[in-house]
Amino acid sequence: MSNEQIKNLEEIFEARIARDEKIEPKDWMPEKYRKTHIRQMSQHAHSEIVGMLPEGNWITRAPSLRRKAALLAKVQDEAGHGLYIYSACETLGISRDELYEQLHSGKAKYSSIFNYPTVTWADMGAIGWLVDGAAIINQVPLCNTSFGPYARAMVRVCKEESFHQRQGFEIMLKLCNGTPEQKEMAQDALNRWWWPSLMMLGPTDAESIHTEQSMKWKLKRKSNDELRQQFIDQTVPQADILGLTIPDLDLKFNEKTGSYDFGEIDWDEFWQVVKGHGPSNKKRMKDRVGAWERGAWVRDAAMAYAEKQEDKKELKKVS
Amino acid sequence: MKHTHLYNYILGIADNSLILAQRLGELCGHGPTLETDIAGTNISLDLIGQARNYYQYAAKIKGEGKTEDGIAFLRLERDYKNVLLVEQPNEHFGYVMGRQYLFDVFHLLFMNQLLNSTDETLAAIAKKGIKEVSYHKRFSGDWVKRLGDGTQESNQKMQEAIDELWVYTDELFDQTEADKAMISEGIGIDTSKFKEVYYTEVSALLKEATLEVPERKYFIKGGKKGTHSEHMGYILAEMQYMQRTYPNMEW
Repeated sequence: MSNEQIKNLEEIFEARIARDEKIEPKDWMPEKYRKTHIRQMSQHAHSEIVGMLPEGNWITRAPSLRRKAALLAKVQDEAGHGLYIYSACETLGISRDELYEQLHSGKAKYSSIFNYPTVTWADMGAIGWLVDGAAIINQVPLCNTSFGPYARAMVRVCKEESFHQRQGFEIMLKLCNGTPEQKEMAQDALNRWWWPSLMMLGPTDAESIHTEQSMKWKLKRKSNDELRQQFIDQTVPQADILGLTIPDLDLKFNEKTGSYDFGEIDWDEFWQVVKGHGPSNKKRMKDRVGAWERGAWVRDAAMAYAEKQEDKKELKKVS
Repeated sequence: MKHTHLYNYILGIADNSLILAQRLGELCGHGPTLETDIAGTNISLDLIGQARNYYQYAAKIKGEGKTEDGIAFLRLERDYKNVLLVEQPNEHFGYVMGRQYLFDVFHLLFMNQLLNSTDETLAAIAKKGIKEVSYHKRFSGDWVKRLGDGTQESNQKMQEAIDELWVYTDELFDQTEADKAMISEGIGIDTSKFKEVYYTEVSALLKEATLEVPERKYFIKGGKKGTHSEHMGYILAEMQYMQRTYPNMEW
């Protein structure tokens, strides 16, 4: 194809997106579009499956049967989200094994929030309330993103995430209405998860390298800083309902803007964790890679068995 | 208490589901594929759901302000009545599927009979759970076949698991005092009636999976009477941690 022809196709492509048409896997797309989507969607899918680990950590210790069942269901939902998004990503011409390989080798990233440890039961509440809350803010706009399979997967993901967020808030509410020890546990969890949750919305706009192109392709509708402000404005009143204090001395409602002003985020910590040196990065990767390696003989067996069954079918046909 | 036998009988059923669910819960996020992770979590979730129904019923019978969580979390090890099979550790995926299958075949036969219990609550719980349990059996049976008739390595591993777990199968049919009392009242299930069916079915699947059926000479039992393996204390330490550390709180 000549450069001119490609340019022509690109123009048609961009015009389709501008008209809010969905791009489907078999449609022509610029290589950069394909790569960007593989990167973002796989990062999202990896976040779902690595995200199973910090919460899975509390399944065996959940304090009641009702909570144990709800937590199991939640972690199962996350596995399901991982599955849809991997499948959607595979339509772009990459296999799940390749995607895993990128995760396991450290080439692909996942949400840094999962590199913090879950040390008390209240962390199950804080993750649902704050982490899923921030995830929803990031993800709702993706229900209208330009790539069809991703947009459709996100509709279902967002519904379930918003259920998780309410469930997390309800765990916190129960703690806050409980004994002083329980309330202290809730406050401690908020103290530890607040800043990492703000970091989840990504680096400040000045430092964000992907924003402009992503906006054009509707992979992003608002900038990181706008999303962060939206999250803060939405969450502070919820903390008030719980009777908990946001661990930010500079947090103050600004009458002029109608939003909350907030303190400086520790970006050094953010980059430290992103680069692999957070409290649980090593453990998360060790668990994922370990599960994959320990499971190799199982996957080989399933493959061998399926082949044998195929052969038997063939033999039957022949005879 | 008037219903001591009924209460103990219910716990005998419920504890199997709870402890097996707990073991499966340990694996969440650590399975060989995403699909098996989802299925394992699903089975755990079904079993917890069933256990809750049983414990809620047991709490009602017991009265004295008992709750499902009080019964599930706050007994001493000697008062748990699950069979030894379900408390065996997740050594590897072959053990997990072997343990599941050996239990599921029994569980489905049991639930099918429990449908006819003269106790309406138990019959209703069985009716609700039977579809779930038949799915569990299909899933675990398929995996025993895949692993048995997969590669040489998987065959060895699956055989090793079956050989080690086999000694716990006889206890599934062991009858406690509560079992006998409930059978005589038409509430409980006479498991001896389907013991042969159980071994015939399991043996057929093992053969299909190109596995050897272990010879049964010696069996180990004790869980149903509260004498557990050394694993049990650790399961409970983890499971009871919150309830023991923060007594009398709501979650």
